[in-house]
Amino acid sequence: MTAREVFLVDGARTPFLKVRGKRGPFTPVDLAVQSGRPLLARQPFAPDAFDMVILGCVNVIADEMNPARVAALRLGMGAEMVAFTVQINCGSGMQSIDTAFRTIREGSGDLILAGGAEALSHAPLVLRDDAVDWLAGMQSASGPLATAQNAVQIRPRHLKPVVGLERGLTDPITDLSMGQTAEVLAHHFGITRAMSDAYAVESHKRLASAQHSGTLSTEVMPAFDKEGSVYKYDDGVRADSAVDKLGNLKPVFEKPYGQVTAGNSSQVTDGASWCILASGDAVKQHNLTPIARLVDSEWAALDPSVMGLGPVMSATPLLSRHGFGRDDIDLWEINEAFAAQVLACLAAWQDENFCRDVLGLKDTFGMIPREQLNIHGGAISMGHPVGTSGNRIVLHLANALHATGGKRGVASECIGGGQGGAMILEAV
Amino acid sequence: MDGELKDFLKASKLELGGAVAALGDGHWRYGVDDNKIGWLVLDRTDASVNTISDAVLRELERHIEQIEADPPRALVMRSAKSAGFAAGADIRALATMDADETEKLLKEGHALLHRLEGLSCPTIAAIHGAALGAGFELALACDYRIAITGASFGLPEVRLGLHPGLAGTVRLPELIGPLAAMEMMLTGKTAHTKRAKEIGIVDLIVEERHLRPAVLAIAQGKVGKHNRGVMAKAFDLSAARSLAAERMRRETQKKAPKEHYPAPYALIDNWAQHGNDRDLMQEDEITSFAKLLQTDTSKNLIRAFMLRQTLKQGGQATDNIAKVHVIGAGIMGAEIAAWAAMQGKHVSVTDPDETALGQMVKQAMRICKDAHKDSLATRDTLDRLMPDPQGYGLRHADLVIEAGPENPETKASIFADLAKQMKAGAILATNTSSLQLAGLTDHVPDKARFAGLHFFNPVSKVPLVEVVSHKGTSADTRDRLMGFCTAIDRLPVAVADAPGFLVNRALMPYLLEALLLMDEGISKTRIDRAALDFGMPMGPVTLADQVGLDICLDVAESLNKSLDTPIAEIPSMLREKVEAGDLGRKTGRGFYDWSDGTPKPDSDDKISFDLTDRLILPMLNACAYCLREGVVGSVDELDAAMIFATGFAPFRGGPMQYAQARGHVALHARLKEFEKSHGVRFAPDPYWSKDA
Repeated sequence: MTAREVFLVDGARTPFLKVRGKRGPFTPVDLAVQSGRPLLARQPFAPDAFDMVILGCVNVIADEMNPARVAALRLGMGAEMVAFTVQINCGSGMQSIDTAFRTIREGSGDLILAGGAEALSHAPLVLRDDAVDWLAGMQSASGPLATAQNAVQIRPRHLKPVVGLERGLTDPITDLSMGQTAEVLAHHFGITRAMSDAYAVESHKRLASAQHSGTLSTEVMPAFDKEGSVYKYDDGVRADSAVDKLGNLKPVFEKPYGQVTAGNSSQVTDGASWCILASGDAVKQHNLTPIARLVDSEWAALDPSVMGLGPVMSATPLLSRHGFGRDDIDLWEINEAFAAQVLACLAAWQDENFCRDVLGLKDTFGMIPREQLNIHGGAISMGHPVGTSGNRIVLHLANALHATGGKRGVASECIGGGQGGAMILEAV
Repeated sequence: MDGELKDFLKASKLELGGAVAALGDGHWRYGVDDNKIGWLVLDRTDASVNTISDAVLRELERHIEQIEADPPRALVMRSAKSAGFAAGADIRALATMDADETEKLLKEGHALLHRLEGLSCPTIAAIHGAALGAGFELALACDYRIAITGASFGLPEVRLGLHPGLAGTVRLPELIGPLAAMEMMLTGKTAHTKRAKEIGIVDLIVEERHLRPAVLAIAQGKVGKHNRGVMAKAFDLSAARSLAAERMRRETQKKAPKEHYPAPYALIDNWAQHGNDRDLMQEDEITSFAKLLQTDTSKNLIRAFMLRQTLKQGGQATDNIAKVHVIGAGIMGAEIAAWAAMQGKHVSVTDPDETALGQMVKQAMRICKDAHKDSLATRDTLDRLMPDPQGYGLRHADLVIEAGPENPETKASIFADLAKQMKAGAILATNTSSLQLAGLTDHVPDKARFAGLHFFNPVSKVPLVEVVSHKGTSADTRDRLMGFCTAIDRLPVAVADAPGFLVNRALMPYLLEALLLMDEGISKTRIDRAALDFGMPMGPVTLADQVGLDICLDVAESLNKSLDTPIAEIPSMLREKVEAGDLGRKTGRGFYDWSDGTPKPDSDDKISFDLTDRLILPMLNACAYCLREGVVGSVDELDAAMIFATGFAPFRGGPMQYAQARGHVALHARLKEFEKSHGVRFAPDPYWSKDA
């Protein structure tokens, strides 16, 4: 262990709670506090021992500007705790870990709390631009005549807000929704509706099994709301999921001929996750027992219309740089944005032309066995709180390596806007 | 660095204007600022809190004289104490005065405030913190009142068996109208900042940093004065006042019967008679106050007030307890944890049932609401209250409170688990009410740091906590626990590890006697009525239901087992009820039916003195036992504990004060009489004859 190696010491998350129409019981910072509180309590050092706090969050709400800092203060980490929030869409929760990783590696910090938090149920209703203009006109009108003149310009459409979430999940450059990019990939790589639905069912079965076996007991901290309700488990999972049930669903992004449905897509969800990163020095100083070592990370960017290939574009150069091939990796966590998208990545890695011409490899990368991939379920069964998922998959990868005795794993995700992030972890 | 920053900011907090540089060694300082505004600042040299003593008034007179001769553009009066404006008159000094001395002092006070009122320059009282009693009356004599955010106002004299005596009964109705004023004075309730502005007590609410510009604005005539409203004029008519007075008397009778509490009725009568004549009202106020001060009720209520201070004094040590870990989120554990979190402690709570932890969070919301906490304070309270199914908080805790089931084996196994994880120097306290600590010490991690912290249900409403020391509890542990209680705004009383400690030991014979009386055929409503008429807040049968009949049975059985002195036989009806599952309030039915809320026992039957004595004497005998055996350290502490834990008629000053008034010799004789007719349980405790 060298002084500047970076270790994942511990981590915890809230149960992931599906958005079901109305606002959920927790804001982004509430979620960060619910998961951060027990995590900090189970460390041998005090909460103010950290050098800084970094939090990924995409849908920041107005009452919690710079949620990293609000969370740090509410977690009792002290007025002197520097804290900032990062945003790279779906990659935000991994970006916080990466920033912490690089900071520690270069010697600017020893102990950093890096997380992700998202409450999509609190996504604001957004007024159309012309409605905003009308309101502004009403505010600045002075005198009864001006007010009346402005008032008569109101139109019925002004009263119909647009769900901010809808706009947030649409790529501004190509005007494709995230789901549509998955449809594009399915077409290029020959992924069928049946293949996607089968993948989705497996995601639900694996998560249901993990919940019952206690695999997640040190990772998922129960959350408690003001009404007295207790949330213990990810609540989007359907243990009874079956191919025929999913087969009845209609395509949701490209009607009527598309193949991406609500059943084979990630769910819209609230949740938060934290990881504690420490230098070798900090591990010694506080007598810590790390779970994994962060070896390296990579970010890649690509055409937004096929953003789902982000894992392939980032993980491949990362592994090549270290001389690792498919056989050197024991476990994979690839964020399940859409079943078709995950399957497209797997297919791309087995496609000769793609590997040779796009990735510059001599040969195909190889087939990733299903038993090594997302072994305890993923975003299809548990949901995808956008700014959190990147953090969860790194944490869970570390825990899963420990649970299975694996040595080395890769966590990777696609990012709306056309990017990808990947990390290599080694068990310690 | 952050701590130093906080200290720096604290130092420069209060705006003292022209008096900042004023010299002087008196209780008041006066200085004039660049805008020719005079600042008269009260800063008692001999106390950390301002109270209005004779010396304070005399010095004020000298300053007023100088100001009359050389009036500033405007005069600001405020306090330099961080604690608040002024907490009222010097109660200790008042309590020793006779009627003549009191009248003389009050007449001088009235004259002084009249002079203040008559100053040619505008007078402005700037209030931060609490302005109570005489302090509030001082502010009332000014033309304007500015509240600093967080200020509160009250005339709580009625709680001491008195009413305002420095013309508050005149000036408050003039300011906010008679109905609102009478309500404040009859209930003694405090009006906080926003409410105070709404009803007209204050003209402005500002932050400390805006005080100087606000004062200047008033001096420049830019701020209007509150108008008490058209309706108030109606009460200049005596017929209108008579009608209102009748309603006030009826309402007051419900909570404070005239036989025991003369003060509110004196106030109502005075107002009904003289409400439209300022001078007569003030004269009457003075004579009435002086008379009330001599009543037993007032003397006893003042004693109860000072007993509260006595208990607080017992908790002056620093607790060094920042983190608390509570084991058990049942009825007691949940509320102990929520209350401590609201008071600023970091609390982690374990319970095998996560639903109980969820309910605890919901209850914390309710407790914050009842305490009028705003949304930020509520959020912070909940952030400090961590449901902790895995027990992560245990190893960081300075204090562990065990609030698990009342079962020695369960407690033993909980204690055994703690040894490996509790940090060095941390205290372990149990909330047991029926088990003795001596039987539990074998299993605790550190005997010197083991004690009892016995809270009462409901924790948020009953301020008393028994701090129980077994033979091996160190003085440091006891002192830290006493300090912890005051830190979380509870009142600690140190007691020994005897069966039932103090309060249950005193209450149980009273409760059991009530059940025996029921066995003898006397109706429960008549029994409860007897206790209510005596001045108890709740009858014994209702109380038994409230506490829980299973708990009563537990405590009664454990007392029976461990005491040498006989107490009453446990009546079979108690066992029957517990067996049938009718446990009282918590199951909706016990001896009473609780489905419609708290029962209100009414009885037309005559309540004989014999009946009342049957109930009260066993309690007194038990108190005597506790004093003689050293369960509690002094008569004062015993009376204080009984008043604040059971609501024992405060106007009687507590059980031992009542016994003193009756005479120990008379009591001894009465007990012997009852021993002959009702049984050996009435045998008088040797305490009653110790001075014979």
